[in-house]
Amino acid sequence: MMKSLLAALALSTALSFPAVAMAKPVTLSATLRDYGGNNAYLAVYVTDQNNNYVGSLWLAGSRTRYFEHLSGWYNATGGDSSQINGITGASVGSGRTLEVTLDLKDALFDAGYKLHIDAAAENMRESPNDVVVPLTAAGAGKPVKGRRYISSFTYKM
Amino acid sequence: MIRLLHRWPALLAMLLVLMLSLSGAALSVFPAADRFTAPQESASPSVADLASRIKAEHPGVEQIKRAPSGRITAYWFNGDVAEAATIDPATGKAVASADPNAVQRWLTNLHRSLFLDDSGRIVMALGALAMLVLALSGSLLVARRAGGWRHWFSPLKGPLAGRLHVEIARIAVAGLMLSSATALWMTASTFGLLPDQPAALVMPADVSGNTGVPVATIDFLKATPATSLRELSFPAADDPTDVFTLKTNAGAGFIDQGTGGLLAWKDLTGWERVSETIYMLHTGQGAATLGLILGLLALGVPVMAATGTIIWYAARRGRPRITGNVPLAKAETVVLVGSEGGSTWGFAATLHKALREAGHTVHAAALSSFDPSRLGHAHRVIILAATYGNGDEPSSAKGFLAKLAAMETPPAAQLAVLGFGDSSFPAFCGFAQRIATTAAHKGWTQFLDIATVDRQSPQDFARWGSDLGTLMGLPLDLVHQPVLPAAAPLTLLTRRDYGADVQAPSAILRFSVPKSSLWQRLTGTGFARFEAGDLLGIIPEGSTVPRFYSLASGASDGFIEVVVRRQPGGLCSGQLTMMEPGETAQAFLKSNPAFRIGEGSAPVILIGAGSGIGPLAGFVRANAQSRAMHLFFGMRHAASDFLYGEELVQWHEEGKLTSLVSAASRGKRPHYVQDALCAEAADVLQLIAEGARIMVCGGREMAAGVSETLGHIMAPAGLTPAMLRAEGRYFEDVY
Repeated sequence: MMKSLLAALALSTALSFPAVAMAKPVTLSATLRDYGGNNAYLAVYVTDQNNNYVGSLWLAGSRTRYFEHLSGWYNATGGDSSQINGITGASVGSGRTLEVTLDLKDALFDAGYKLHIDAAAENMRESPNDVVVPLTAAGAGKPVKGRRYISSFTYKM
Repeated sequence: MIRLLHRWPALLAMLLVLMLSLSGAALSVFPAADRFTAPQESASPSVADLASRIKAEHPGVEQIKRAPSGRITAYWFNGDVAEAATIDPATGKAVASADPNAVQRWLTNLHRSLFLDDSGRIVMALGALAMLVLALSGSLLVARRAGGWRHWFSPLKGPLAGRLHVEIARIAVAGLMLSSATALWMTASTFGLLPDQPAALVMPADVSGNTGVPVATIDFLKATPATSLRELSFPAADDPTDVFTLKTNAGAGFIDQGTGGLLAWKDLTGWERVSETIYMLHTGQGAATLGLILGLLALGVPVMAATGTIIWYAARRGRPRITGNVPLAKAETVVLVGSEGGSTWGFAATLHKALREAGHTVHAAALSSFDPSRLGHAHRVIILAATYGNGDEPSSAKGFLAKLAAMETPPAAQLAVLGFGDSSFPAFCGFAQRIATTAAHKGWTQFLDIATVDRQSPQDFARWGSDLGTLMGLPLDLVHQPVLPAAAPLTLLTRRDYGADVQAPSAILRFSVPKSSLWQRLTGTGFARFEAGDLLGIIPEGSTVPRFYSLASGASDGFIEVVVRRQPGGLCSGQLTMMEPGETAQAFLKSNPAFRIGEGSAPVILIGAGSGIGPLAGFVRANAQSRAMHLFFGMRHAASDFLYGEELVQWHEEGKLTSLVSAASRGKRPHYVQDALCAEAADVLQLIAEGARIMVCGGREMAAGVSETLGHIMAPAGLTPAMLRAEGRYFEDVY
């Protein structure tokens, strides 16, 4: 699954960057375990150094009525669908990989920001913060293990 | 119309409906199994008790869920490893795996979406819609067939496939309606078409910032019984801004992890409650017994699909194929058919073929589909109409007269009416006559006067065809030989002779019932089903034209019995009365719904003379429920042609026959059956006042005499035989 989006994170008013806004394409890749259930909903979002929600990067899953099960993201946004306008896609099957390419601002890296992935599947556990990983230039390309649904997550610049 | 609404969704969506019902029936087992296997709360602990027990066993617990079956599942982390288990609520210990059942998941995905996500959901919803339409149209058909909703469970008649179909339907239909209607609601809910979306609960901005309140001490959780729990999520230990999230069957809320205080609460909306109830009714989750019942009822669907297909196929086969039927909009000539048993369709097919070969464009359809505003460019409308009962609409003409009567301006196309019937019945071609009269009254031009075809006479039909051809300016040679049902050889078992000394040689002939195939039993063809009063068609040797005799026995008697009077020079009666046991005759069965005593407990007056006693004796023989039956029987001489004399005495002793009054036309005091009626006039009138049904069988003159006599008897009560006929209480089988 390959998606390309421009300036997905330019949406955030919470971010004001002193430097000229520079952005580069970043590919997020999350591979799910064979958890033996229906397709999983995933929410990918960013928090700052104080754990405050900054903005959303991607939401895999189409029905807003199930968003509440992505509890970390849902509690942070109140399920506000304007947070994910244009950055949604299909839910992801057991054992499959979600791959998304986004333009992320340089200023998001090495500045204490963390990327979160919440996951949930029908009749199974809710898994907020299945992945929590600091956004750093050095961390790019290094796989991280998720807690329940996600076997491996990487972001590549 | 309703029949079409039943047939086409069934044939088109059969595969979907079958898949829905079979997978649904299989799924219905799971909630019940879950209810039995899940450890249940013995006392009823509060959520606080339950959560603290689990927390004690699994300190890393993140979430507790309770299924409607009572199954409690906990999710926790053991170091870095995510674990989950079914919990015994009494101990908080893990007792079983929490992995969802793979078979149930597979079946669920098949059932709701054919594994095709949204497009599959829409397809399956259409299947559910078809099921709902079938249930509704089927209910109307059952009610119509039974004669009203009050008779929903009345006994059924007809071929096995039809009875099985209705028998299952009237039990299962309520469950199928519930299942299909709730399925449509759930699909609408899934697609966000209903205002039942969960309202967002806003995370409170100000929390205490403290952590560590023991879950056992939280007042709100202490006050919430575990049976109302849906789920409880614990706050992340390292995040002081996080909270407890509680969902119950009443609503959802947040609880502070420092103080244990309730931070926010939101009740379920009315819509959410309705949707949850509908979900429970559909899935049986939380209503396992109902689920099992619905699953069981869904198993009726495959049987109804099979029997329904047989009914449809048998009806189709009973009707001749009309090839080259032009669409209505393009036809010059429209042939409309009102047929009860299907034989009129045979004539229509012959007419259709002859017109088509003469270069005309012809559209043939059932009379019930008539719409005066949609006749397109048709120049003429030809109606071929049989009659049902006393001038009533036959089945393929239902609603036609009402439409004709409601018509405001007559169609431009001109009309011709041809009636089919049996001239021995009083209302010969009565329905066709009513059509012609009503059409004339409405100012609809008839280019050919109404004509009739008596007893499927090929000559009558050919004569009418040549008149029609002359008017249309083309040679029309209508050769139609009615297709007879396949005849089977019947072996004579016994014969009993009467009446030789009084110049009325008659015989009671008893034949063995030929074996019926399964297909014949399912479709009611052959000799699978018959009752007294039905007709036995016998094809005499050296002829192709059958003669009909009224049956004196039903299938339950285990033999086929008729009474035959030898007619001077009669080909068929001559052969039959010469038969010896062991010999065979070629015969077929013809149902005769117009001569039945019907259901109910009203008394029955049976009036017959000579061989006309046959079906009447059959009614008495079948009267196991001891309904009041009074027989008036006319013969020549009691010593010679008292047909069924011995049995009648025996049936009287068994309570099957209430009274017998006989009349002998020869002897010291000659009198006829009419005289017998006159002698008992007071009793007869009393019986009629009690709602008695009158069944008359015999020669035409005798029937006319009986009708006149009964007219005199009834006159003081202000009644006439015609009124009783109109009420469906006076039936004649005359020859």
